[in-house]
Amino acid sequence: MKIQVQTQPFDLSTEVAALYAANPKVGAVATFLGLVRDTNEGDGVATLTLEHYPGMTEKSLAKIVDEAKSRWEMLDCTVIHRVGELKPTEPIVLVAVASGHRQDAFAACAFIMDYLKTQAPFWKKELTPQGERWVEARESDDAAAARWQNKN
Amino acid sequence: MMRITLLYFARLREQFGTGSEVADLPAEVQTVGELVAWLRARGGNWANELAEGRAYRLAVNQDMTALTTALKDGDEVAIFPPVTGG
Repeated sequence: MKIQVQTQPFDLSTEVAALYAANPKVGAVATFLGLVRDTNEGDGVATLTLEHYPGMTEKSLAKIVDEAKSRWEMLDCTVIHRVGELKPTEPIVLVAVASGHRQDAFAACAFIMDYLKTQAPFWKKELTPQGERWVEARESDDAAAARWQNKN
Repeated sequence: MMRITLLYFARLREQFGTGSEVADLPAEVQTVGELVAWLRARGGNWANELAEGRAYRLAVNQDMTALTTALKDGDEVAIFPPVTGG
């Protein structure tokens, strides 16, 4: 399991290959790649700056991955989240889950992303034509995380 | 006397004008909730950002926590807005 917070870019195919190249038991890798959009709430976004809480970030991501492992068959997993200043089209986050079969990979990948959005201490600030503003948390993200509470 | 480290992030870091401080707590501050009330009593942005009904999150020693959690000497307490990563 690899959990990393970094400023530099990452390479999707390199990260995915690392999950299965040495493990012939892997039959499926599900990935989620989050990107910087050039618009939010109707305004243009020139840059997105991500702040985090060093130490707690890694700890909370590890906890989320552990919870996913207790629910689904996961052979390996990579979570990379970038911080610092990013431009539209740049990747922000990668979650990749390797499993024997697709159902576990899909579900664990979605679960990790939904929990990351509501539990991991990252904050986004965007630069729009009106100036800088902090991105507000969305209730739809809480709802997305809550839907996993009834499934086991 | 209890001495703790306080950390602030994102909008709260900007509003409070600092990212961290070391605080010696008066005897009446024993829980996270009492700590928030003590900070609120500073007035200004502290009272405004930590007012009832405002959304913020608390962590003690890097785990999200509730207002009822008891504090102990040497704790690292963080206060921050709801998270927006991903």
